[in-house]
Amino acid sequence: MSTSTIPTPVDPDARRVPPMGGFNLTVLRIELRRMLRNRRTMFFTLLFPAALFLSFGGQPNWNDNAGHGNVAAYIMVSMALYGAALTAASGGAMVAMERALGWSRQLRLTPLNPAVYILMKALLALVLGAVAITAVNVTGIAQGKPHMPVHVWIECAVLTLFCTMVFAALGVFVGYLVPGENAMQVLGPGLALFSFLGNVFIPLDEGTWIYRIAEWTPMFGVAEISRWPLTGDLPWTAVVNAVAWFGIFVAGAAWRMSKDTARV
Amino acid sequence: MTMTDHTRSADAVRLPAVRLDGVTKDFGSVHAVRGIDLELRQGEIVAFLGPNGAGKTTTIDMILGLSQPTTGTVSVLGHQPRQAIARGLVSAVMQTGGLLKDLTVRETVAYTASLFADTKPVDEVLDSAGITGIADRKVAKCSGGEQQRLRFAMALLPDPALLLLDEPTTGMDVEGRRTFWSAIRRDAERGRTVLFATHYLEEADQYADRIVLVREGRIVADGSGSEIKALAAGRTVRATLPDADTDALAALGGVDSVEVRGDSVLVHAKDSDAVARYLLTETTARDLEITSKGLEDAFISLTGADDEEQK
Repeated sequence: MSTSTIPTPVDPDARRVPPMGGFNLTVLRIELRRMLRNRRTMFFTLLFPAALFLSFGGQPNWNDNAGHGNVAAYIMVSMALYGAALTAASGGAMVAMERALGWSRQLRLTPLNPAVYILMKALLALVLGAVAITAVNVTGIAQGKPHMPVHVWIECAVLTLFCTMVFAALGVFVGYLVPGENAMQVLGPGLALFSFLGNVFIPLDEGTWIYRIAEWTPMFGVAEISRWPLTGDLPWTAVVNAVAWFGIFVAGAAWRMSKDTARV
Repeated sequence: MTMTDHTRSADAVRLPAVRLDGVTKDFGSVHAVRGIDLELRQGEIVAFLGPNGAGKTTTIDMILGLSQPTTGTVSVLGHQPRQAIARGLVSAVMQTGGLLKDLTVRETVAYTASLFADTKPVDEVLDSAGITGIADRKVAKCSGGEQQRLRFAMALLPDPALLLLDEPTTGMDVEGRRTFWSAIRRDAERGRTVLFATHYLEEADQYADRIVLVREGRIVADGSGSEIKALAAGRTVRATLPDADTDALAALGGVDSVEVRGDSVLVHAKDSDAVARYLLTETTARDLEITSKGLEDAFISLTGADDEEQK
């Protein structure tokens, strides 16, 4: 710097801090557009659960009573849960992938608060989960077999949506354990297994040894909660199961995040 | 800031862009930074020069608030590093990574812009970075140079008062490097402070107002390029002289070191003339050569890059 030029001094106090830790709709819009043009996400979110519903939902006993509705409705709620869980888990795994790509570090050089980043990711997972649930429900309406009162229909969908947060946390956790694109290779079959054990695909017979094991798996509790408006029956063990697994996955994700010694 | 507010302007001028006081950083038993005191004035272009593992990146991370010093304090324009970042006062450009491949160039800039309270318009930044033409291209489809321009566009969005660069011109051609530095200098004249880590000694000498040399977590030299060179000033006198009397050579005025390599003797001295005169008149030395040290040698002798090899 030559002595003849006097640089304009910077007045640091004239600079503003963004409100709400950087939370804004532009990011949500760009992130949403980003997810919607990802063909794999769209396949798992829209087509796959709907296709599963159509193949499982065509059982001969589809019109038998199931709580306040019929068996087809029961299967529809289950498939919506599976689709939304898969979507949320892949969204969670993306958090870890973005960290591996150095994007999280890039964001740390902006005013964005890390908690706000996670909040925005959670909101996106909810939006995408809602898309997945809607896809299965619209398929159900189009097919015409599921039957239950409208308020039950809505209550099931809303409960399912919030239950998917358990799998968003699982996605973050697994994303850290298995870096990169491989996370979905683990999460895909893993969630399918949990869904079988969680009474989501095929009803398990109560009292069998496999049922005893299944009761302890992560999909079991949330599935009972999601179908509660329909079945009218919610064992307290299911609530404990859901809360416990949510706690375990959040703790696991937080543990891996803090253990991550790579540059942020 | 208004021009009438004289006291504030005067304070702002005096406010150092970066101030490190007794900063150390340990990673377990590894002492990455062993005590750095450094003050950068506003508008300075400073090169942070040192071998790998000298603590450059660790120090930059602490200035960015990405990690906390074990002891000591860091302040950026009178604020804590995270506060300075929140106000858009500091930006940094990384060498690799830090981009989402499935976003377009414009989306990446718009995303980053939305996180700051005040930014330049997205289109203006795209234009000045010369990436308007590829604004709708996916980042994955951009070349390395285009991605680097994008990183700069992102860094310049908040009009930062302090810009940190890690090996900024790696992969740039000569022309790109020249354009880059003239842009950096233009901004520095308007008051922006630039701190860049580099391995290019020539680049540090050519473009920085000031060079801070670090070695093993400490500052070993701090000054202009010519001052740094003067610190390790002197020339090397080499001659063929079997059975040289090293003690006599070392006793000459201004001799720093004497080395014997086979039949050759190498004398590092500030007064090379005296050494040459002695060798040619008092001994049977022949094939005498005198070479001056470049910045490269200054760098090696000050940072002990030679020692690193032997360890």
